[in-house]
Amino acid sequence: MSEAPAPLAIRLERCGKTFADGTRALEPLDLEIRAGETLVVLGPSGCGKTTALRIIAGLEEPDPGGRVLFDGTDVTPVPIERRRVGLVFQSYALFPNMDVRGNIAYGLRIGGLDKAGRDARVDEMLAMMRIESLADRRIDQLSGGQRQRVALARALAVRPRALLLDEPLTALDAKLRDTLRVEIDALLRRLGITSIYVTHDQAEAMALGDRIVVMDHGKVAQIGAPREIYFAPASRFVAEFIGSMNRLEGRVEAGRFVTAAGAIPWPGAPPGARHVLFRPESVRLADADSAQLAGTVSAAFFLGDRTRLFIECGGHPVIVETGERREFARDAPVHLAIDGNSLLLLKDSQ
Amino acid sequence: MRRRGPAFWCLLGFTLCVCAFLIVPVGMSMLAGVTVNYQSGIGSGMTLRWVAQVWEGYSDTIFRSIGIALACLACTLLLGVPAAYALARRQGALARTIEELLVMPVAIPGLATAMALIVTYNTLGEFRTSWTFILTGHVLFTLPFMVRSVLAVMGAIDLKTLEEGAASLGAGFFRRIFTVVLPNCRSGILAGSLMVVTLSMGEFNMTWLLHTPLTKTLPVGLADAYASLRLEVGSAYTLVFFVMIVPLLIGIQVLARPVELGTKATRR
Repeated sequence: MSEAPAPLAIRLERCGKTFADGTRALEPLDLEIRAGETLVVLGPSGCGKTTALRIIAGLEEPDPGGRVLFDGTDVTPVPIERRRVGLVFQSYALFPNMDVRGNIAYGLRIGGLDKAGRDARVDEMLAMMRIESLADRRIDQLSGGQRQRVALARALAVRPRALLLDEPLTALDAKLRDTLRVEIDALLRRLGITSIYVTHDQAEAMALGDRIVVMDHGKVAQIGAPREIYFAPASRFVAEFIGSMNRLEGRVEAGRFVTAAGAIPWPGAPPGARHVLFRPESVRLADADSAQLAGTVSAAFFLGDRTRLFIECGGHPVIVETGERREFARDAPVHLAIDGNSLLLLKDSQ
Repeated sequence: MRRRGPAFWCLLGFTLCVCAFLIVPVGMSMLAGVTVNYQSGIGSGMTLRWVAQVWEGYSDTIFRSIGIALACLACTLLLGVPAAYALARRQGALARTIEELLVMPVAIPGLATAMALIVTYNTLGEFRTSWTFILTGHVLFTLPFMVRSVLAVMGAIDLKTLEEGAASLGAGFFRRIFTVVLPNCRSGILAGSLMVVTLSMGEFNMTWLLHTPLTKTLPVGLADAYASLRLEVGSAYTLVFFVMIVPLLIGIQVLARPVELGTKATRR
């Protein structure tokens, strides 16, 4: 095995995918993955994100006309076994007929590395994933989190040019998911390897991605850094898929956005606007004098560190989170203040 | 110790009755094979005369049967395992239809299949009179059992993803087959192998029509012995049959095991 290869830049050119039964899984897609970055492909199930990943891996061929380029070289006809990309699956795909050591050494053996070299590299990978004690276990003796660590070690052992992860944490329980997410993040940053991470979990996407590609119905809905996607969503789909989003109906009157529940000062309001969007964290409970909106509590969920309130505001439910310790009764009147700078207006928010 | 209720004793009694129902006739027959005169009972004395007579007259049928069974196993492995793999990897109506059609030879009586073979190949004298003619019938009959049991195991593991994992690590098609697919289907291949060997060894219906006086197999010889010789000789034949087939079946199971022992040995 050679030393760690230089990070790979990947480009997809008009890569669409239509399956034999006529289903259009992916509309022709142009996508640039920069060398060394972690790109998260995010979207609901059936949005084409896994198909895109499989095209990059070489497990699916794009429809005629589509091209996959690795560092500028066309690899479209190159089968997966010669693309040198590491793959990590939701179902782990570890070989049950081999122990942990055998699984990690599998790719090294195919690469023709001698026994001493294999053992050294396997030990290195076991140490990196902190699973030395599992080296001689059978796969069926491992927990889900341990299996995914072995799968990562197996994929990285051969020093792939890029790492492709398909919902690697989806099968794990919430707590383990958080732990492993932090570990994967640290690992990818340390290795500086180009990675493409497919998930439907927006929290994972925010935490891991240098950039996020949000997909919907086989098309790219938005590409951008996590903050861009969150604070400046390009469409209502993106706005509502990522995090919680509140929506109010009203009309613009003399520099204010007037709703049935009150008016919000908003000098920049364009004349035709009829809806505004804002995140729960940009609205807070306030005194009647300093508030802009009035409503009633329709539901309250105590989450420990905060309380999540659903407030009826002139016919629209508004989600508010508060650190106040008091209990909120149903139908209790409350007043809300909104940060005018965080209001969003979207083209397709009819 | 916990007192066992009446239900336990009833079940135990029932189990023992079923076992006795299955085992006693076999034991009686084997015993008859070493009795001097079965009519006058064990009192007439024990002898290996009948066994020797069987060995002298029929040992060729025994070796022929073992030969055919092993050849049949080889054929069903070479045909059945790739067929199962192709069916497992292919989705769609065609694959499922073929899967259903594969059961057909089992549903058709052996005699009918044998007749069909004879009608088709009667003119090929050399083939018709050789042991490979019987082998053809046995392969037709046992192949579905091999495909089915391998397919069942392939369906239970996520073969596609395992192969994709192997491919991403650089393994080409044949490498994937030999290092990932086959080792993980071992239990199905073993179950299929045992079934094929036992079915082929014991096949009578079809073989009775397919054989010639020079290509008798063990079951045909057995029927022959029962029909034309002393009861003791036929029984001695059964005895020999058991002595031959039990080690063979154990042997196949042991042969299928070294891989597992190998992986255990590497564990410290």
